[in-house]
Amino acid sequence: MEASREVFWNIQFGEIVYILAVFTIIVFIYALYKRYKLWKTGIPKFKLDNIGKRLWNFTVSAFVDGIFHRRFFGSASKQGRKGIFKRLLPTDFYPGIIHYFIFIGCIILLIGSFLDFISHYFLDFMHGGFYLGYSLVTDIAGTMIIIGVILAIIRRYVEKPERLDNKREDLIALLLIMAVVVSGFLVESIRIAATELQTNPEWAPWSPTSFVLAQAFIDLNQKTLSNWHLITWWLHSLVSLGAIIYVSLYWNRLWHIIFSTLNAFFRNLDTKGILSREDFSVGRHFGVSRIDDFTWKELLDLDACTRCGRCQEVCPAFTSGKPLNPKKVIQDLREILINSTNSSSKDSQRTGAPSASNDNPSLSDVITEEVLWECTTCGACIEVCPVFIEPLTKLIGIRRYLVEMKARFPEELLNFFENIEQRSNPWGIAPSERTKWAADIDIQSFESGNTEYLFFVGCAGAFDSRNRRVTLALTQILDSAGISWGILGKDEPCCGDSLRRLGNEFVFDRMVMENIAMFREKGIKKIITQCPHCFHTLKNDYRQYDIQLDVIHHSELINNLVREGRLEIKHTGNLGNVVFHDSCYLGRYNNIYKNPRKAILKITNQLPIEMERCYDRSFCCGGGGGRMWMEESVGKHINVLRVEEALQKNADSICVCCPYCMTMFEDGLKDKGAHTKVRVMDLAEIVAKAIERGKIK
Amino acid sequence: MLVIICIKQVPDTTQVKIDPVTGNLVREGVPFIMNPFDTHALEEGIRLKERYGFRVVVISMGPPNTEVTLRKALARGVDEAVLLSDRAFGGADTLATSKVLAEAIIQLTQREEVAIVLCGKQTIDGDTAQVGPGIATRLGYSQLTLVDHIKDIDLQAQKVIARRKLEGREEIVKADLPAMISVVREINTPRYPTVPLRLMAEGATITIWGNKEMKLDDASIGLQGSATQVRKIFSPERAKGEILGDGITNPEEAASLLIKELKRKGLLFI
Repeated sequence: MEASREVFWNIQFGEIVYILAVFTIIVFIYALYKRYKLWKTGIPKFKLDNIGKRLWNFTVSAFVDGIFHRRFFGSASKQGRKGIFKRLLPTDFYPGIIHYFIFIGCIILLIGSFLDFISHYFLDFMHGGFYLGYSLVTDIAGTMIIIGVILAIIRRYVEKPERLDNKREDLIALLLIMAVVVSGFLVESIRIAATELQTNPEWAPWSPTSFVLAQAFIDLNQKTLSNWHLITWWLHSLVSLGAIIYVSLYWNRLWHIIFSTLNAFFRNLDTKGILSREDFSVGRHFGVSRIDDFTWKELLDLDACTRCGRCQEVCPAFTSGKPLNPKKVIQDLREILINSTNSSSKDSQRTGAPSASNDNPSLSDVITEEVLWECTTCGACIEVCPVFIEPLTKLIGIRRYLVEMKARFPEELLNFFENIEQRSNPWGIAPSERTKWAADIDIQSFESGNTEYLFFVGCAGAFDSRNRRVTLALTQILDSAGISWGILGKDEPCCGDSLRRLGNEFVFDRMVMENIAMFREKGIKKIITQCPHCFHTLKNDYRQYDIQLDVIHHSELINNLVREGRLEIKHTGNLGNVVFHDSCYLGRYNNIYKNPRKAILKITNQLPIEMERCYDRSFCCGGGGGRMWMEESVGKHINVLRVEEALQKNADSICVCCPYCMTMFEDGLKDKGAHTKVRVMDLAEIVAKAIERGKIK
Repeated sequence: MLVIICIKQVPDTTQVKIDPVTGNLVREGVPFIMNPFDTHALEEGIRLKERYGFRVVVISMGPPNTEVTLRKALARGVDEAVLLSDRAFGGADTLATSKVLAEAIIQLTQREEVAIVLCGKQTIDGDTAQVGPGIATRLGYSQLTLVDHIKDIDLQAQKVIARRKLEGREEIVKADLPAMISVVREINTPRYPTVPLRLMAEGATITIWGNKEMKLDDASIGLQGSATQVRKIFSPERAKGEILGDGITNPEEAASLLIKELKRKGLLFI
């Protein structure tokens, strides 16, 4: 006799289970439809474009993130792992492995059940060696799930990591999974005790866990065994289907299986955290003041959240003791979404400022202004989210509402906004002083045809006395390499980065239109920037205005020049321990990690020292998202936290590639009293020191 | 009841340079802004609208491009903007300017009674602080200069109570309406415009009155009506004093020099 699968062994009218399953599926689909309707209350702005690319990305993440669980283990992205660069250990191995056990276990059992179904009704292949192998694999899968659930319970209720907030639904979810799997094991072990152990005991060990369990039932007589089997079989069937019905009706977190998967498919394919343009026609409502002002994709984001807390763990605002917690933002918004009832009257309420008297609870009660303005837009929350949620775009949507509709923002920003509008720079300095940094050198104005690159100096590079030295260093490099460049001088505008991140989209919008008109008129196509914020804004934000600029940040350019041998390195070393800091807008936003490191390697003959948090896990200096222009009055100073991290590595020099980082680090060092021992240098300064002027190869 | 705010578009003086050779103002490429003191008058006008329900009209005399500044005023929430623009108004000093502005106010009075005329305490280009008082005198309004707080307006009794910020003291005064009030910066913090108002302002119509509408005697306006005439513009020589150290390249040394000098003169004790 050959080992084979006996479906409905000992069970009469087993097919009733199919009827129950159909009912379960109806409940499930109905619930999903209700959710779909809820998401549809959002504005339909999000375009479902690039289906091919989406499918491809989705398939890739199904394999990479599903089978290898990269996003769950928290391994660094590709840029952080290749070649000679530091291999980053997974930051979330423990939670990753728990999820992996449960996830892979469930996937195997699902496939197993499917194969069983096929074999039973269509092709009879569940016998012999295949069946024994099948038994082994599914038994191991079930065991993995049990181990996973136990570990999860230990983690949640014994270890209690800070990032997890335990709700009743979490325990229910784990217990449901446990109940399904344990009841399954019971059925199987009783069956084994009743059949295999008596007829073919050599088969039984192929289901190792059930085999062990079966020993408990071995002394029972055949009648009792088959009764127990009958009971547990129905129990298992009902628990499994009941679990799905329960999850469907009570919106248990297990919905993440569907929602997070959908979110992976509908994810933002553009640059991380890119903000959408607003339509500024008369009579419209601007920004987000109600939950249905979000796009449907943003609402899906809210449902996709599994409350894993990775974002809160990396958020510079949260970890420095500020009231902003990205996870809480998403969860609070989700709460509003769920409580929002019928919003079909949305259009009629759109005429004036939204009133508090409508059905939807007000966003401002939940996402308070104390929370809202703390975001540095560093993008760490987006980077670590395993399910592609973008918390910061939601915050900026709400900032837009406050700035554009209410003119309400921290008072420090009033001057900032007026300065930008009046004089196109954050400090309100006269534009005629934009060229002061070049008082002692010869510079050329950009002229299409005569100069290849526009050197977009940026406000900090032009006005901030410390960063002017970086500007000069960069011009030395450009000249040594024989690059043809020119500047716009007093006509150079602010790129508008902080305006956009602060939610002043209207002024940003008008400014960009003026700026690109000038770029077009002057024939500007290739731009060198020294500020990652200018870089990102000109490259990625301006793209939304149908202008494709070829923008290069100096860290990329310098590395290219070094690699091509266009810069003659005269002096090496002498910098001591160089600790490198990744700027958010270079690294996370634009995936530039290796270029500055390679350049440092060439010059110092060694790779820079990495801080604990580096590459895509880098920690913000605290200056992004308009925070540069605001007071930091709550909690610890973000820049000081980062400086402390650099000091732990015995830094002699801290290498930055961003004027904001420069200011934040210098201030932080002064705060720690370490500014006499440690200096902050821009990459351009390090390189300029290493070359001698005029030696063009 | 009307509140009328008089504003002026001025060159952004921080960006004005004086040609070292000719001694003339280099005005080319210098952007125009709303006179900073007037932004506070504007804000106060809008606040009075919110407090008492006045209709607020902003008026300005200047070249056609003053429209830009008037739209900024509209974006902050005033109800109407009137531009007084005519070649015949050009070259006016404070005497001729106040003539035109006063006449415009008279014409507005014919439509609706005026309660308050608000001005900035002075402009940053002329710095005379004469236009506000000139208007008040011509119209026979109460004249309250250097006001840093409007306490109350009693429409029944036709009185306004305001606080004037004077050197080293303040004065709380009660005056009859209508009154001309010129304000100092301390009176308020001007608001930031909301987008719906900005968009409204972009599309709003600005009333333009030339001398055809105003019908003023040519001899009383513009250059002809001006009692003063500009002969020369120059930066005054520094009469005395000296520059210590080099504060630009070596601020620390300059600061210690300054401290030493102040100590020497007995002005600083540490």
